[in-house]
Amino acid sequence: MVRTCEAQTRLSKLFQKMSLEMYLDLFSQPCRSVYIFAKKNDIQFDYKKISLFEGYQYSEEYGKINLLRKAPAIKDGDFCLAESVAIMLYLAEKFHTPDHWYPADLQKRARVNEYLSWQHSAIRIHGSKMLWFKLLIPKALGVEIPKEKIDNAVEDLNASLNLFEEKFLQDRPFIVGDQISLADLVAIVEIMQPVGAGMDVFENRPNLKAWKDRVRAEIGVELFDEAHQAILCAQESVKTMDPKRMEHFKPIILRYFLS
Amino acid sequence: MAGRQAVKAYLDLLSQPCRALLIFLKHNRIPHTVELVALRKGQHKTPEFSKLNPMQKVPVLDDNGFVLTESDAILKYLATTYNVPDHWYPKLPEKRARVDEYTAWHHVNTRMHASTVFLQEVIFPRMGQPTNPVKFKKALTDLDGTLDMLENMFLKRQAFLCGHDISLADLLAVCELMQPMCSGRDVLKDRPKLQSWRSRVQSALSDSFDEAHSVVYQIRQKFTAKL
Repeated sequence: MVRTCEAQTRLSKLFQKMSLEMYLDLFSQPCRSVYIFAKKNDIQFDYKKISLFEGYQYSEEYGKINLLRKAPAIKDGDFCLAESVAIMLYLAEKFHTPDHWYPADLQKRARVNEYLSWQHSAIRIHGSKMLWFKLLIPKALGVEIPKEKIDNAVEDLNASLNLFEEKFLQDRPFIVGDQISLADLVAIVEIMQPVGAGMDVFENRPNLKAWKDRVRAEIGVELFDEAHQAILCAQESVKTMDPKRMEHFKPIILRYFLS
Repeated sequence: MAGRQAVKAYLDLLSQPCRALLIFLKHNRIPHTVELVALRKGQHKTPEFSKLNPMQKVPVLDDNGFVLTESDAILKYLATTYNVPDHWYPKLPEKRARVDEYTAWHHVNTRMHASTVFLQEVIFPRMGQPTNPVKFKKALTDLDGTLDMLENMFLKRQAFLCGHDISLADLLAVCELMQPMCSGRDVLKDRPKLQSWRSRVQSALSDSFDEAHSVVYQIRQKFTAKL
């Protein structure tokens, strides 16, 4: 009887692993949050490692998974889903993850949603820009960014970080009270992005640094560091990037960031 | 819900997410009062309002002391707190995920591009800053790309963006796409599929849609009269 149960559990875990595919490039912030969330909660998945720099998102194959042509994306059986926030909410519900990630209490949940909403056009945009402006566009595409544009981008990022500290974090240990939630996870992966470009966002921000240390500890130092290895080595890996491989989407990038 | 006090909504109907909120409140008969915050008079930047919302943005919801910002968070909170029909924000995980997918994507796509078209064509010139032709052309192109995605990725052959019935996604999207109407610009002019979708959404929302959009129609009248 015990052997049958064990076999059944192994079989269902194997089936689970095979049925959930996750398309991720850990250079990308929202891919890191999904990766960390799944790993932290022991959600079995088939890790489909993709390279955004090599343009996999434009392939016909990937178009069948996600027509928005962005990462992350998941395929759970026949169900395809894009957008990291939507993915994590779906996984939280499906795999019954601990309540603190996305509380059942509607007001606490609303607080998480509030952050997840605000961050799209704030920290996410400004943090992303720093990696492109300071590192990828000059080093990988060979195009210099005017100093004024970089200074403005730094100012925007700082303004977002100020709002983050004043409104979302304040004197709390985490964004929504005493425990880590999806809000902290989404925030940390975005805030780490400019760090990859050599920008110390925690300098002169002791409260932010303390929060980051808490979040890293809650996630687990090993998992956090593993997920962030690619971005933290960005300054090195960009030296070995072949600009010709990125040539096909150079016009898209320049148009997006420089017009 | 018995014994539940009315919520307070801080709004300016010139703002797209404010319209979405007001429509949702009225359509679902959620008891509410409205506090007008006139953006053109800078009322969102007063010390009093900033205390309520340090982001200095609208809409803001005050549910008896629980203050919430960000329209999609507010709409999801109301949809799950009040007894509204399931189609607005379905309980079934796969259906809910589709709405979450759209509301996430919406921020730097539908909202950003439709808004930029409106700002460049209507607001900046009002503030003495002429339309920047390069930025304007880019905004129109970006919006075009967004509309392609709305048609091909979200709508496809469905009646609404996330399925067979209207949801929060349609409400947020339609309010953004109405904004360029302020200059008389119908961004769905050459897209019959999306026009049909918009008609279905308007039909589903009936009076509350036109009431909320009255300021858009007024601005359009003044704008086109000037030409």
